[in-house]
Amino acid sequence: MTAKFDIRDLSVSFHGKPVIRHISLQVAANGILGIIGPASSGKTTFLRVLNRMNELEQGSSVTGQVLMDGNDIYRSEVDAVALRKSVGMVFALPVPLPMSIHDNVVYGPTLAGISDRGRLTELTEKSLKAAFLWEEVKDRLNTSGLRLSGGQQQRLCLARVLAMEPGVILLDEPCSGLDPISTAKIEDALTELKRQYTIVLVTNNTKQAARISDETAFFLMGELIEMGPTNQMFTAPRQKRTNDYITGRFG
Amino acid sequence: MTLIGEKGVRRILLATALSAISALLLIALFIIKEGLPFIFHYGLWNFLSSSDWEPQAGKFGIFPMVAASLWVTFGAMVVGAPLGVAGALFLSEFAPRPVMRVIKPMIELLAAIPSVVYGFIGVMVLAPLIRDYLGGPGLSVLAASIILGIMILPTVISISIDSIMAVPQSYREGSLALGATVWQTIHMVTIRAARSGILASIILGMGRAIGETMAVIMVAGNAVKIPHSALESVRSLTANIALEMSYATGLHRQALFATGVILFVVIIILNSAAMVAIRGKAARK
Amino acid sequence: MRIHPRYVQYGAVAILSGGTLLTLAVLVFIVVFVLEKGLPVLSLDFLLSSPQDMGRAGGIFPTLIGTIALPLLAILIATPLGIGTSIYLTEYTRENRVTRVIRFGTDCLAGIPSIIFGLFGFIFFVTILGMGWSILSGGLTLAFMILPTIIRTSEEAIKAVPKSYRDVSFSLGATRWQTVKRVILPNALPGILTGVMLGIGRSIGETAAVIFTAGSSLRLPTSIFDSTRTMAVHFYILAREGISNENAYGTAAALIIAVLLVNLTAYWLMHWFIAKRS
Repeated sequence: MTAKFDIRDLSVSFHGKPVIRHISLQVAANGILGIIGPASSGKTTFLRVLNRMNELEQGSSVTGQVLMDGNDIYRSEVDAVALRKSVGMVFALPVPLPMSIHDNVVYGPTLAGISDRGRLTELTEKSLKAAFLWEEVKDRLNTSGLRLSGGQQQRLCLARVLAMEPGVILLDEPCSGLDPISTAKIEDALTELKRQYTIVLVTNNTKQAARISDETAFFLMGELIEMGPTNQMFTAPRQKRTNDYITGRFG
Repeated sequence: MTLIGEKGVRRILLATALSAISALLLIALFIIKEGLPFIFHYGLWNFLSSSDWEPQAGKFGIFPMVAASLWVTFGAMVVGAPLGVAGALFLSEFAPRPVMRVIKPMIELLAAIPSVVYGFIGVMVLAPLIRDYLGGPGLSVLAASIILGIMILPTVISISIDSIMAVPQSYREGSLALGATVWQTIHMVTIRAARSGILASIILGMGRAIGETMAVIMVAGNAVKIPHSALESVRSLTANIALEMSYATGLHRQALFATGVILFVVIIILNSAAMVAIRGKAARK
Repeated sequence: MRIHPRYVQYGAVAILSGGTLLTLAVLVFIVVFVLEKGLPVLSLDFLLSSPQDMGRAGGIFPTLIGTIALPLLAILIATPLGIGTSIYLTEYTRENRVTRVIRFGTDCLAGIPSIIFGLFGFIFFVTILGMGWSILSGGLTLAFMILPTIIRTSEEAIKAVPKSYRDVSFSLGATRWQTVKRVILPNALPGILTGVMLGIGRSIGETAAVIFTAGSSLRLPTSIFDSTRTMAVHFYILAREGISNENAYGTAAALIIAVLLVNLTAYWLMHWFIAKRS
């Protein structure tokens, strides 16, 4: 497997307060990297560094290198807007924009300048199918995205990302507010999607990481404690702290 | 959009964002340009302290108008401030929320009623009552005070309500838990915590009262003299400008603009004071 | 003697509620008084026929046109400026010295009395720029006057758009302006319209700033370079010069109805907006 992301000595701080300290890791292409760790361990920040969403926050500063396909995405000539078109993101809470299901899905593509109706219709169907939502909404694409249930909304958000045909999908605790059935649907979708996409999944549910991720990284207080193939991480962690966390001693 | 680009959009937006401050500077510049030379020529002290306003004779003392504006504004505060603060306290602390949601917009409607309508009501209803029951010409300091007091109510009430509602609920609960009645809590805790906002509302109300023109012209009677009682007719600074502007020329016109300069400066000072009161509160939090 | 706190409270509630009722009574009285005296005069014919003998007889048609034209022009000028300002303040910059200056300017402008706007409009637009007493001069002056209202309400409406919408839009590769255009403005629109309606309401009722800039010609204006008389100015002249109390009442009724309609629309929009939000 080749590395999609190569992160070297990454540190991030907000207003001088360090949130991520000297993290180096590689994200393999066409796989799911699960990131686990207790609250405020820097997981979300790490994710937002990968599509430069952290820049929208006040007072953030990044040092180190983030290489995507061998190119540093923090070089000054890299356009963050263009970067985000190829690195999609799904947030913790489902946020359908207040528009129809169809318009939600094609939001990204139309921003990128696609206006051909046939192409947009095709993208909508393809993305909703890939997000396992098509069957439930195909007859009401023009109703508001806000009318859907929480689980459907989150799959809509996933479809919205897929419609941009990004290379990478970042998910920030996408199932934290969902019931087990909705969670299972999202997990099924992700397992399918990893064939085409590189997926980074931040989760506060260690079992979810164990179920679907190929590799797992354990973050604690802004540091990377351990990373390895998921099997090994959950059966024979090298670090005691990892073991304590996944067996539920803290976190 | 692609024609202008993100940077272009940002520049255009910044330009629009400077419109309000530019408007303010433009207004200040032209009022001062027209009025300041007169103040230098005639002397600020002479202008403010002399009681002779005889434009034909070249005498431009605005003291009677200054006195009138002060009296009328003071009267408006006596009428409007207690009533406004009482209304704000009742609506925010005692009235059920749905009642407040209905009444607050109604009171804000008072602000939308044109000032000429207030003036007209003053002429048709209030002035005759004053004349019949208290004497004097009716059109008077008292009539103007009452009308202006009503006109500033929406300002006082709505800003006071905002600042009272901003007092954290925990303050009230803390006091109530110690056995205070609702009223004791209001007057010992809530009013104290909201006092700078209430003060700001009163200062802004004062600004409105000093600056009001049409209603005052209609109800104050417009006699150029220093009033000795609330029942006498007076002419405010604003009324003087509006009444004479249409035919004033030369030095006379400059004198009216100079009056505008005085008014402008007073208003800016009052607004700044209100802003300091509001910001002071924000800083303490 | 010490009065029991409970009785003190009863007294306080009585006084406070009395004050509130008095305030409401004043509002109701003004509206009822004007409508009662004015409605008998007010008719379609009164609105649509020309005044005769300085307004002693006939209708108020030219002033109706003036009352539509001036606020319309003011809104056309002030709305883009106001919305642009609020977008800049909320989306394009962080709190710094520039935004503080802009906010200070807006607050001060909001407190300037209308007579000062009138003086300024008279010297700047009417005299120096040579626009004369005209709809243009009046509209520009009113635009300055209502700018702060539009800025403030737009800013609040834009701030009320959830931050998560912005995050989503940016994460999907939108530029800042695309986000503003496609997500923020559509969602803030009712709130912005509320500000616009309040601005219209204020323009309709304004007298001091208008009389020195748009003049008081009773002729039907044919272009924005013509002088005009608004209903508020007409009413003022009728009442003050004692020309016709009857027609003054009729005009006042039309004025009050127009202002109430505009303001009620503004509140309705705001409530619709809040209801949609939750």
